[in-house]
Amino acid sequence: MLEPTAPRRKAPLDTRHQVETPEGIDLPLRPAGLMVRAVAFAIDLGIRGLILGVLFIALAFLGKLGMGLGSLLLFAISWWYMVLFEVLRQGRSPGKQYMGLRVVHDDGTPIGWSASLLRNLLRFVDLLPFGYFLGALSCLHHPTFKRLGDIAAGTLVVYSERTLSRPQLPDAEPRRCPVPLTLNEQRAVLGFAERQAELSPARVNELAVLLAQPLHIAAPKAVSELNGIARGLLGPAT
Amino acid sequence: MKQSLFETRHKAEWERFAVALERLEHGKDTSQVAGFPKAYRRICQHLALAQERGYSSFLIDSLQQQVLRGHQQLYRHRSRLGAQVLGFILADFPRLVREEWRFVAVASLLFFGSVIGFGLLVYLFPELIYNLIPADQVREMQGMYDPVAGHLGRSAERAASEDWVMFGYYVMHNIGIAFQTFASGLLIGVGSAFFLLYNGMIIGAVAGHLSEIGFGQTFWSFVIGHGAFELTAIALAGAAGLKLGWALIAPGRQTHGEALRLAARKSVLLVCGVMLFLLIAAFVEAYWSSKTSVTPLTKYAVGTALWLAVAVYLLFAGRTRHAPE
Repeated sequence: MLEPTAPRRKAPLDTRHQVETPEGIDLPLRPAGLMVRAVAFAIDLGIRGLILGVLFIALAFLGKLGMGLGSLLLFAISWWYMVLFEVLRQGRSPGKQYMGLRVVHDDGTPIGWSASLLRNLLRFVDLLPFGYFLGALSCLHHPTFKRLGDIAAGTLVVYSERTLSRPQLPDAEPRRCPVPLTLNEQRAVLGFAERQAELSPARVNELAVLLAQPLHIAAPKAVSELNGIARGLLGPAT
Repeated sequence: MKQSLFETRHKAEWERFAVALERLEHGKDTSQVAGFPKAYRRICQHLALAQERGYSSFLIDSLQQQVLRGHQQLYRHRSRLGAQVLGFILADFPRLVREEWRFVAVASLLFFGSVIGFGLLVYLFPELIYNLIPADQVREMQGMYDPVAGHLGRSAERAASEDWVMFGYYVMHNIGIAFQTFASGLLIGVGSAFFLLYNGMIIGAVAGHLSEIGFGQTFWSFVIGHGAFELTAIALAGAAGLKLGWALIAPGRQTHGEALRLAARKSVLLVCGVMLFLLIAAFVEAYWSSKTSVTPLTKYAVGTALWLAVAVYLLFAGRTRHAPE
């Protein structure tokens, strides 16, 4: 059994939720907040309305048999739509898929039948007394944005991971850093080089100048010097 | 070791792992992934190394993604659904009901107590019915069970397609009520208790009123069959809800959240059993209870047999250890 390790650690600045695997690796999950979940739910609600509307029109031609089928369908769609999608499609209903969300167990494993059934049955309580009032309160109050159904079922709505593309490091002459760097500092310098393309030149310069003094590098050439250090840390291209 | 050397050395391995992941995620042929756990642990090691050596965020993030996806595949909760469902029906559900007998007893007391209590009250003080149920609903109810009309339930001799209508209606209506009764238990049990008492009141009042005005024969012969499943199911749904509520009131040595999660895991199984009962009830109600060609006496006999069957099932099924396997 995996234990979420977040509460025992010092609380992180962002909302990441660390899950420790049996291999001793900490996996960061990013829980999704109230607004994005509300939008995902609205999309699902719309889709359900649309399906029911189309089916009812089709079933109206079948007369009495259609009415029976219709009430069965109403039952199936209103109570089982979420459960079926979540279990059979790796935690993604269409609305969640569109918003880039997915549901997982607290330990990061894909959601199963009992947890999904539970969180969707207890939705009834989250809806009380009107319009998701209790659910929204609980979601806003909880550190990982769980509504009551999520708390009881032990599930988490997280952002699904996006595919990463390899960033291009800016060209520079590899060089050695004048002062020894700790691991975190090394990562920071590498991060600076990797994210440079996303920042404006002025901001890049501003960040680099901040580092000029402590790293003993010339302030005017700070950007290229830092890129050089990053290159040096990365090692020769092969 | 420099990062670029590390990357070139293990690149091929990571690509193979990505292919295996892809294959597992799409549920394709899994014969060639025997080495998956080992490959997964290698990736975990690489991630740990990359973090320890301060490699770049891009490398660490992409390794982390691979580990996350691998973790999901390796530790997913797989289940053999068919065997589990059979085992659940034959043994686990009645066992669970007996294990949770305290909640079942309290819920039954609330529900059946309310049914019998309000039934007797309305029988003894007939005008009370109009305080409990709106007058036009009472009139509709009387029309449905009027012995002179010679039909049962909603309308005259129904065609097969109309049995269908009623089946669908009963499934939706009854399971909806059961789900409400269960889910509102999250409000420290108050919701479940309320729905148990409320539904008991309605059912009891209707039964008392119809018996009092002399429609007893049509009413009781109609409800006795499916009542065995339907009433038991509502009581059990209430029991599941009370269990949730109790976990919040008295969490014991766990935190509230933890206690709630443990209680919820059990009570959702109870709810699965309740759904099964209600499906049977809807079936009986639509296809057997509404038959007018059967004499009331037969219906009473069959109904009693069904009540006994439910009792025997809940009390004795799954007591021997080897039966379900």
